[in-house]
Parts: sequence; C-alpha cells; structure tokens
Amino acid sequence: MDLSTTYMGLKLKNPLVPAASPLSTDIDTIKQMEDAGASAIVLHSLFEEQISFDAEELDHYLSHGAESFAEAVTYFPQADEYRLGPEQYLEHIRKAKDAVNIPIIASLNGVSLGGWVEYAKQMQAAGADALELNVYFIATNPRLFAEDVDRVYVDILAAIKNEVKIPVAIKLSPFFSAMAAMAKRLADAGADGLVLFNRFYQPDIDLDTLEVVPSLVLSSSHELRLPLRWVAILHGNVPCSLAANSGISSGADVLKALMAGADIAQVASVLLRHGVGHLATMLSDMQAWMTEREYESVEQLKGSMSQKACVEPAAFERANYMKALNSYA
Amino acid sequence: MSTRRMVTIDGNQAAAHVAHALSEVIAIYPITPSSPMGEWSDEWSAAGRTNVWGTIPLIQEMQSEGGASAAVHGAAMSGALTTTFTASQGLLLMIPTMFKMAGELTPTVFHVTARTVATHALSIFGDHSDVMAVRSTGYALIASGSIQEVMDMALISHASSLESRLPFLHFFDGFRSSHEVQKIEELTYDDMRAMISEEAIAAHRSRSLTPDRPTLKGTAQNPDVFFQARETINPFYDKCPAVVQAVMDRFAKIVGRHYHLFDYVGAPDAERVIVLMGSGAEAAHETVDYLTAQGEKVGILKVRLYRPFSPKDFVAALPKTVKSIAVLDRTKEPGSDGEPLYKDVVTAMAQLLADGELGMPAMPRIVGGRYGLSSKEFSPAMVKAIFDSLRQSKPKNFFTIGITEDVTNSSLDVDYGFEIEADDVVRGMFFGLGADGTVGANKNSIKIIGEGTDDYAQGYFVYDSKKAGSMTVSHLRFGPRPIRSTYVINSANFVACHHWPFLEKFEILGSAAPGATFLINSPFPREETWNRLPRKVQQQIIDKKLKVHAIDGYHVAKETGMGGRINTIMQTCFFAISGVLPREEAIAKIKAAIKKTYEKKGEAVVKANWNAVDQALENMYEIKVPETATSTLEMPPLVSPEAPEFVRNVTAEMIGFRGDSLPTSKLSVDGTFPVGTTQWEKRNIAMEIPVWDPEVCIQCGKCSLVCPHAAIRMKVYDQKLLDGAPETFKSKKAIGKDFPDMVVTIQVAPEDCTGCGVCVEVCPAKNKQETRLKAINMEFQPPLRELERDNYNFFLKLPEADRSTVKLNTVKGSQFLQPLFEYSGACSGCGETPYVKLVSQLFGDRAIMSNATGCSSIYGGNLPTCPWTMNRDGRGPAWCNSLFEDNAEFGFGYRLTIEQQARFAAELATKLKTQIGAELVDAILSAEQHTEGEIRAQRERVAQLKQKISGNGSPEAHKLLEVADMLVNKSVWIIGGDGWAYDIGYGGLDHVLAQGRNVNVLVLDTEVYSNTGGQMSKATPRGAVAKFAAGGKPQAQKDLALMAMSYGSVYVAQVAMGANDAQTVKAFIEAEAYDGPSLIIAYSHCIAHGINMRGGLATQKQAVESGHFLLFRYNPDLAAKGENPLKLDCKRPSVPYSEFAYKQNRFKMLTKSMPEQAKALIEAAQRDVAARWAMYEHMAARPFAIGGDS
Repeated sequence: MDLSTTYMGLKLKNPLVPAASPLSTDIDTIKQMEDAGASAIVLHSLFEEQISFDAEELDHYLSHGAESFAEAVTYFPQADEYRLGPEQYLEHIRKAKDAVNIPIIASLNGVSLGGWVEYAKQMQAAGADALELNVYFIATNPRLFAEDVDRVYVDILAAIKNEVKIPVAIKLSPFFSAMAAMAKRLADAGADGLVLFNRFYQPDIDLDTLEVVPSLVLSSSHELRLPLRWVAILHGNVPCSLAANSGISSGADVLKALMAGADIAQVASVLLRHGVGHLATMLSDMQAWMTEREYESVEQLKGSMSQKACVEPAAFERANYMKALNSYA
Repeated sequence: MSTRRMVTIDGNQAAAHVAHALSEVIAIYPITPSSPMGEWSDEWSAAGRTNVWGTIPLIQEMQSEGGASAAVHGAAMSGALTTTFTASQGLLLMIPTMFKMAGELTPTVFHVTARTVATHALSIFGDHSDVMAVRSTGYALIASGSIQEVMDMALISHASSLESRLPFLHFFDGFRSSHEVQKIEELTYDDMRAMISEEAIAAHRSRSLTPDRPTLKGTAQNPDVFFQARETINPFYDKCPAVVQAVMDRFAKIVGRHYHLFDYVGAPDAERVIVLMGSGAEAAHETVDYLTAQGEKVGILKVRLYRPFSPKDFVAALPKTVKSIAVLDRTKEPGSDGEPLYKDVVTAMAQLLADGELGMPAMPRIVGGRYGLSSKEFSPAMVKAIFDSLRQSKPKNFFTIGITEDVTNSSLDVDYGFEIEADDVVRGMFFGLGADGTVGANKNSIKIIGEGTDDYAQGYFVYDSKKAGSMTVSHLRFGPRPIRSTYVINSANFVACHHWPFLEKFEILGSAAPGATFLINSPFPREETWNRLPRKVQQQIIDKKLKVHAIDGYHVAKETGMGGRINTIMQTCFFAISGVLPREEAIAKIKAAIKKTYEKKGEAVVKANWNAVDQALENMYEIKVPETATSTLEMPPLVSPEAPEFVRNVTAEMIGFRGDSLPTSKLSVDGTFPVGTTQWEKRNIAMEIPVWDPEVCIQCGKCSLVCPHAAIRMKVYDQKLLDGAPETFKSKKAIGKDFPDMVVTIQVAPEDCTGCGVCVEVCPAKNKQETRLKAINMEFQPPLRELERDNYNFFLKLPEADRSTVKLNTVKGSQFLQPLFEYSGACSGCGETPYVKLVSQLFGDRAIMSNATGCSSIYGGNLPTCPWTMNRDGRGPAWCNSLFEDNAEFGFGYRLTIEQQARFAAELATKLKTQIGAELVDAILSAEQHTEGEIRAQRERVAQLKQKISGNGSPEAHKLLEVADMLVNKSVWIIGGDGWAYDIGYGGLDHVLAQGRNVNVLVLDTEVYSNTGGQMSKATPRGAVAKFAAGGKPQAQKDLALMAMSYGSVYVAQVAMGANDAQTVKAFIEAEAYDGPSLIIAYSHCIAHGINMRGGLATQKQAVESGHFLLFRYNPDLAAKGENPLKLDCKRPSVPYSEFAYKQNRFKMLTKSMPEQAKALIEAAQRDVAARWAMYEHMAARPFAIGGDS
C-alpha cells in the first residue's frame, strides 16, 4: 500500500505529521516520533514576541536595582554573551536534522513585519526543509478593519517568501470574514501550503480567585469538523498544499482529513495525551481501514470527499441546524 | 610584544586584570569594596579566559576571609601561584594565616581595597586602618594611588613576591581607587610574562609540599630554638627593598613608567614636604604642581613600598633643603603618640641623624596628621592648609585635616575656596535617582570619551545610604591630561539634576561654577518649568549666570519604550550641550556605544535606546532665564520642627548631605544613637501609594503584615475616638466577635511608603463590581499627600491595642500591635523586613537584638536615621551590630548576662525579702511570664519592688536596683542573613544552638549575599546564577534546618510569609515561647533574585509549591510529650521546579548564557526537590516515642 503524500513539494512517506508543540523541543522525542512513523516534524514555534520579550526582560533584571547602592553596584555577573536571538532555535534545527531522516519544518511565529523575518533565512541556512509561518493576533482594535488584518498576513508572507527558497506554509486561524478568498489570496501571494487551523489560548475565569486564567485545553476529535469543512471547500480551489490540524486523534480522523482534501494531517494533542507512540497506532488503524476497503494509496483517498467530489456539495456550506431540521423531517 | 590599549576601568578591574593573569588558584570571599575583583575573576574564568600560561585559573569561594586566606596558604604551600582579594574585617580575619605565610616565606599577593575597620561604627569606605593592622605579620606592603598605579603595582607586587619570597599585600584606597573609573594603559600578557621570573616560579614549586619529596612544615618549636629560627628571615627582609626597586626598574624598561620605593614630586629645593601614600598622594601631587608653578618651595613624597620600610631610600628621596615635614596617616591609633607612618618617618630620620647619615644641615621638624578616615574627602584646599601650617615656626602636631575637631581642637583650618581645577577640564556633576540608570550612563560616557578620543576621563560615584529611592551623584572629569583629582568636584561647569524632587530638597547647585550649564529633568510643560523651581534655585541660577536646559525625560522614556529609565536620554542631552565633543560626533559615538553595550541583549534593546537618543534631541529645550527670581516656592526644612533637638541639629544635617560639616562635639563618644528617627525623614519617594477601600476590606491584616516599611497599619479602637478626625479619615465597624462596638482603620503613611505595591498584590478582597480593584489600590501620591498626612497623624494618636486582648498568634491579631521597626531604608518590596517588623510587633517591647552585618544591619543601623523605635511606654528593641562572623556568639552573650543577672536579682530579692515583703518577692520569683498579661503583671511587680527598695541604702538594695529589670523576661533575637548563618557565622551559630539556652535565631534567607551585591552562599540553590557562580551554582543548597534538628533540642521552623502567613506567625510565637534555642529560617525574596518585587510574595508561594522551600515546624516540646516533633506545614510539591525557577532571572539567565548547563542543573534541582520531600515526609510521618524512633 502506498501511504506516501506530497506536501509543499516534499515527498513524505505518509500523511502523519506531528504539529508544532512542546514535544519537538526535545531531540530524543523527535527521534521517537520518527520511529513511531512520523513522516515529517513541525518544530515548536520561535516566537518573535518571546525573543524581544526575553531581551527586554534580561536587560531589565540585569540592571534592576543596580548602581544605586555603594555595596551592591550590580546584582548579577555579566556573561560575555547571551543567546537571545534565534541561535538556540537554529541550533535545535541543526540537531534535529542530524538526529532524523525525515523533513524538519521550522515554525516561525510573529505578528508584525520586523527584523525577525531575517530569522527565516537563518532557519533555511540551519537546514530546515520548509517553514511554517504562524501569524495570528487578536484584532481587538475597533479601528482595525478586516482588510487591514488580512493585509498584515499577506505582507508578512510575502516578506518571508522573499527571504527563502524553501517552501513556506502559513498557519491560519478560522476567523476571517472571507475564508476562501483569504486562502486564495495567500496562495497567490506565494504560500506553498495552508495549515488549517491554529488554536488559541483562550481565557477562562477562576471563580475562586476571580482571575482570568488563560489556558489551552488539548483538542479532541469533535474539533476536527471545522478544519474538515474548510479543507473540503478549499481542496482544488487553491493552488497550494493543505494541512488539516485540530482534533485529529485517530486513524479514522486522518482518513477523514485526507478524504476532505488534506495532503497531510497534523497531530499534537493526541500525542501529548497518549504519548508519541500513538502515531504508530493511528497509522496502523488507518492502514487497516484502507486494506479492508481495498484502497491502494493515499492519493486515491485525497479529496474524495471534498466539496467538489462529494455527493452533496451543499452539505459543507450548510449551517448545522439546517441539516438537523432536515434530518428530523 | 603586543601593543597596549587604553581602557577605562576602575581600580578593582585593574588589579583583577593582573591577578587573574598571574594566578593558578584564586580563593575568594565577598567584602565591600573588594568584591568586584573576585567577581571579575569568576566571570573571566567562567568565560574561559586564561592566565599568561594559557590555563584557566581556578576560582573558589570560601566561607569567610579566614577560609580564603587558609586556602591560599594551602595552595601556595603545595606549589600554586595564588592570590586573594579582601578589605577591612576580611583582612583582619586573615591575620593568623598571614603570620604563617610570611613566617614560611611563601610568595602570594593579597590585593586589598583599603577600608575602615569597624570601631564605634562600621564603615564600608576607605582608609588604611585595615592595612595598618597587619603591619606586624611580615607581609610586604605596597601602595597604589591611581588606577594606572593599581595595575602597575599589582604586577610589580606579583613579580616582587616571587623574587623576594615575601608575601605581598598590594593596597589601594577603598572606593576612591577601587571604584573610580579612569582611562589607563592596559598591561599586556607579554608585559606580564616579561616581568615574571620563571626561575622564581620554578624555585617556588621546588619548595612545595609533595609526597614525592616529603618535607615537614608547621612544626611546634620550643624556647631553645624558636627565637633563633625567627631571626633566620632577616636577610630576606633586608634584601626586599632592593628586589622591589630592581623589579620597578625592569618595569620601567618594559613599560616606560618608572616607579621608586619613594617617589618625590615638587620643587628640588623644597622646604616643606608632605609624606603620604595611597590616593591622597594624587591630590597632593596635583596641588604641589600648582603651588610650585607659583614659586612655592613645596613637595610631596609618595611612599610606595611601606613594608619593609627602607629608611635610607626614604631619606635619599627627600630634598636636602627640607625644613619641615608633615606625615599624613589615613588611620587612627588611639593611645599611640602618633600614627604609624609618622612614627616610621621620625624613627628613620632620627636613626640616620644619630648615625650621621641624614645628609641634611639640620633635622627637619616633623609633624604627623590624620586625614581621610572612612573616605573623608582630601582635597587641594586641605593640602594647601597643611603646607601653610608647615610654614609656622611650630606647626601643629598630631593634627587632623578635613574635619572640624572641636573637642581637643586638633583640626587645621582650611580655606575651602582654594580651587585648582584647570579651565580645560570638563567637570560634570549628575544627580540621579538610584533606579534611573544615571550612574550606568555616566560610566558609558566615560568609556565613550576615554576610548573614543585622545582625552582622559575620570568618574567617581557617590551613593547615599538607602536602598530604595536613593540619590546618586556622579562626578565626571574629561580633559587633555591624566587626571589626578582624587576628590569630588566642588566647582562643576556642568550640573544635571535627573530627578526633580531633589531640587526641592537638597542643595544641587552649590557646586555649580559661574557660567556653568545646568540640565534639568522636568516633569512639567516647557512653559511651567521655570516657575516650578524653588526660589533659592532660581536665585542661584541668576547669580551664577547658569545656562539652563530641560527635558521631560520620563515622558520621552515612556514614549520610546524605555520604561522608567531615563539614562540614555539624559546622557544624550549631556553630550548635546556640554560641548565635551562636537555634537554630531558625540551622538554617533553614543549610538555606537549603545550598540556595543546592548548588542548581546538583543536588537530590540539597541533600537529602543537609539530611538531614545533621537527623541532626547527633539525634546530638549533651553530656558530663558529672567533677571529676577519669580518663584514663591521655598525649600521646606528637611525634618519637622517638632523633631527632637538631636534630629534637627545633627540628623537633619546628615539627611541633607551636609554631614561633612558636623563638628566632633555633635557626635556621641561611643557610637550610641537615639532610636525612632526614621519617622522624621519623610522621604516621599513613592509615586503611587495604597488607598484603602473599607467597603471591600475584610480586615484580614495581610496588607499590614507584608508591608516592608511599616507604612500601612491597622488599628482597632472605640468609635467615640473618631471625634475630631480629619474629614477624609476612614474607618469601618470591626468584623468578628472579638471587638464588639469597635471600629477598624487601615491607614497608609503617605510620606514613608515606597510604593512597592506588595500590599495590593497580597490583598485577597476584590471589588464585586470591578474585580481589578481590591480593598487596597494604588493611586498617584502627590494629590493625596497632604490629606493622608493629616489622616496618618490622627491615626498615630489613636490608642494602641491592649496587647493582652488581641490574638497574637493570628495574622490579624499580630497586626493590631504597634510595629517597632518602621520606614527603614530597605529596598522597595523587601522580602526580609516584614519578618523583622513582625518580631518587633510581637516581642519588641522586651527584645534585645544582635544583628549580623548585612542588609539587615544596613537598613537597621545605617545613619542618618534609625528604624528601630519604641512604644509609648518608652520600651522597644535594643539593637546592636557587632560583626558579620560573630553575631550568634554576640547575641548569646546577651542571654548569658540576662540569666546571670536574673539569678543575681532573685538572690538579692530573697535576701531582702523582709524589706520588700515576702508576698511580693514570692510572686515575682514564681511568676509565669508566658502571656502578655503575665508579663505586664510582672513588670508592675518589679516596679513595686524597685519602689520599695529605692530608699533602702544597703549595698544589696543598690545592687538589686541595678539588675531588678532582669526579673522580667527578655527576648533575645539573633538576626542575620544566610551569608552569616550558612557560611561565615555557621561555626558560632552551631555552637550557640547546641548550648540549650533560650535564644531566638532569625535567618533572613535570601539564598545569596544580598548586601554585597549577590554573591553565592551555601544557601544559593543549585542552578541559580550568582556572583562567584557565573556558570550557575553546581551544588545543592545546604539544609541548615536539618542540621539544627539533629540536636533534637532546637526549635526549628521554616517559614515563607507569602506561602502561609498564619504558619509564619505561629512559628514566631512558638519559637519565642520555647525555653531553649530556636531557629527560624525565613524565605525572603530579594532584588538579587531578578524578580518583580511587587510579586515577591507570589514567588514565595511558588517556592513552597514547587518544593524548593518546605514549610515546617520542629518542636522539641512535642518530642518530650511523645509526639513526632516535626510538623510539615506544606503539601507535596505540585508545581514543576522550572516553573518556580524560570520566573526569576537568577535561574533564567543561565538558559541564555549556558543553555546546556542550565538544563542539566534544573533537572538535578528537580531531583533534589523530590528527594528532600521524600525525606521530610518520612520524618514527619514516622511513629515517634520519647527517646527517639519507636
């Protein structure tokens, strides 16, 4: 059976790709993911904000309280150099490349155009096979219109594409007024792949402390439906690869993503929950289903249930309650 | 030969540069002002810098200076090239080893920042009292006077020690030389290699102890041979001066600067000569140059090699025409008929005269004088005064200079108008707020000029005695010649005031020269700035014809993302208007310097600073000075007219930075000062202060408990007392059953609060409508100041709670008690002072305290004011700091007195039973004194007793009157930090704990030497970065509590107020109640942890939740009852160690400098936590029976 797939021009042995998560911060875990069947790995994100925050924080605390009391002119030793830029991350790419044979996709997270787009070039030089660009921000400014938000995404993508030759995917949030048009616009601006979707930290309220607690709950299968819809709609309509992300928890979920039209399925929560060995289970479950149904390759599956290919294209456009009413009737 | 470069560095760095390059083993211990030499060595070794032989020197911190010198002794004895750095008390602790090393002719160099030895008071500043105390050890003593000399003499010392075999002590003046920044020529490794004799090294190694050719040293000798053996070393001492001179001559050939054992400067036919050593010689040199240019026949003789003292070389260096000599000593030897250098000079000249070798027509008149104790200024005006005195036929001998000594009238009069500063030297004075980065920016300016131009540069920095809201004064000189002005600027042609409130309080323009430029950081709009100046300042500006520029630095800093740091902005303004460099060039140089400084901290920081430079230029403006002063603002008196006389006449002078002019007669003879004087200081340093919302408040008392400065307080009182309260005074009915019909007020001291916000963070009550608001909220101080001042004064007059009715063992109850420790100079948000204050509330009325040197002795005892105070009965903590190392034993001494005198009093009372009355005596002798009520009753009984015998003339009655107060229980508190308890004082602490006597030890555990700037202690956690542990501390921290518990007879508690305040209060009460030794280890967050101090208590909570710091109480009284004495007061660790650690810069910075090491250490630390918890859990859970384990 041929499980291989092509994602942004990268030939992958199967469609199962661990998404950006803390799992990839450890080289041993990266190796274990390869052993369990991962066909490529998206590294954890390098955050633009984190880099500038770390620099400012370090500067603040190294000088905090200094030069104000004769006996304690400073409070910390001065190191010759601090690794505050992307150096540690670049080193991590190099180590990951040395450790495994599968493609390594570096992930870059930023919210504005700035010097950090330079980091993309450095990631390429460090050996990354592709980049995944994770751009999101919460558009809280009431004077910021949809078009302004959209343009930021397109500009950042264009700037990064300008820096590198390796393929670049862009990971999106589902909160666009015109998702399909936005996807098309990004593909036209040079995106080699779209990753649908990223997930946010979302605020919760702690009733004991009366504090807002930002938290990220691990996803589960039911969350797959949102990416499933948009993958199915975009498949064949945008000239780039598609990756489904959010809620993919089982071999069955992978099959659904592929049938909707994804080139790969990205997984994270399920691995955090069950361990990276779960990749092997998902692969074998998927294979068992394909064997039983006599599928020969992943390519056969891909897009077979997309909006274009399915019996009832309107189903992907309908709002849920309509479907429910119909079925009741 | 590699070429030498010019560097702008301070004396510590200059000495360390040579010491590190020429050593294999460096044993260190922190002590101001020498610590930076050890810090540089540690940082350089951590970064892989090698010595001249290509290997990285090994740096080892020890537990005390005694330990450091002993390690140096052992290292040298076993063949290493070794060094150490110290000062003052540290040097004294090295004395026993120094006698040994000199007696054994063991080469080494001790680099010493000469600092005052503590006598009637501690002083961190510079004089030669420490160096003079080691004259008899046999060390060669060599002095440096300038930063260049520090580097040069360091090398000369290392070379000479190896060649002469004598150990050398190289000293330079604490702060004046150790901390002064100068542009100097840096010696290269080639220079050092050329200077050091490889044969001498080989010889040193061949003499070392080794089992491969064993020898015996350190014998015990008897009367038969000791004396003769002691005399064997004479030839080495005889030869030493010639060896040093030969080394100096070699140095001259290699480097070009030619030094001599004694260097004379001045007229060849001088009649009046001053002899001195150290940094004062630079000011004297400069003055002599000035005076000889005017034709005066004066000169100075600089002493370089002080021991072994060479009389012949001394006299040879003197001009033969000299008629009178003043020998200046920077030390005092009470009881001696003259200070040491004076006596050496007199002896040398008398000897040579007697031998007919003086070579002078007559014996000159020689007088001695003292100058510069504790870094007292020594300026050209004083040098001139001494020369003037030498003109007299009978010049004053044993004089003092630079002070008004009006008790025995030893001081010479000085004309302070005498100035010799050259016109082509730019002299800038910068008044900054400690936190605003002024000093750092000025150091940067010196580097810019020093390293980027041909000009010479000098910087000296003066700090005040407070850790929060302190004022810094930077003295910068730039000029075309090397700068010898080793004194602060008295005539500045540029003055900058970076913090507006200073203008309203202090004399800022007193040192401004006529026509000088004055730069102000003004928070007011352009058009308002002039009129906001106090009238006196305006008048000074007009009279001195100053050019005035201003900028709203805070605004620019805010707009450019610099936060509260205005350093770059003000520095830019200085360069733009001082004319020190052409403007464009200056700005380009600032930007380049910013890039160099901040590059390693990331591009974001560089850009933010660059932007600040541009914005500074945009926003600075010149103020047109009118012809007459227009302001109606008068500068208020520094202390209230209601303050006691001493505070008005003496303390206020010190507060106003005019302490230099206080005469001797105003000061106490034995170092005794009145308590309760911080209350008069009213520093007004908080921009925001807490405001109470009674509607939301639940009256828990936490805000009061955690306030580091006792600036938020709680009282419960009868509602009727509200009559006459100020209009805005707030109160609320007391919650709970304890105080029916009473009201509670929580009140802030608006002028004493430092604005840390810890109270707001800890407040658990939230406003129901708007949860961001609590029962305490921070608000802008200025509009509240007057109203809250009235409210606070009313509050203070309300009666204190009855100590016998409040529940002392609860947080709330404890906070109804008056704090007897208030408004200290501790850091804003300090983690230590809330514990100290709690002791003062619970036991202060009967407490006697010994306090180890460290932060707590500085905020507790640093002049001008005293935070310890007394209650309305005149009772309060009696406090004393003896030393760093002896604190436990010192406090233990109090207990011995108390026990002895209480017993004596009881014996006398029994003897006088019939006179006093049997009933009263029996009541006194059998009294329980556990509760506040019982103690009060005993006080009353003892008062009755005293009254009854006051008329009794018997000797017993007299004796009893002296000691009767000891019949009332006293509470002995021994307080100090972890540097004391874990390291330097551990031996003494251990002994005191083992004795079973009733003392209470409070360890304020910040896990680092906080006061000296964050050096590693044995309490420092694994993986934390500290000074002396630049690569992260590799070892786990010591478990002091466990060690104390091993006695079984010591009450031991670990507390962290931020994690469990109720447990803290309970532990303090139990510890004090325990009739034996108690040890409380209190986790104290600290500015040296690199945390947001406002959230310090949350850090404490995480320390406990992560298992880093366990809460428990070990009470031997429980063991006596057959119960397990150990009660764990915290839960199993629930937070990963990294979550606790990486919120603190001390841990996090290692992930940025040495990520792999950081990872390994944090993993090890996590394992430590698990192991510790498992052990304590087992110990607390095990069955326990009398006699130990069942």
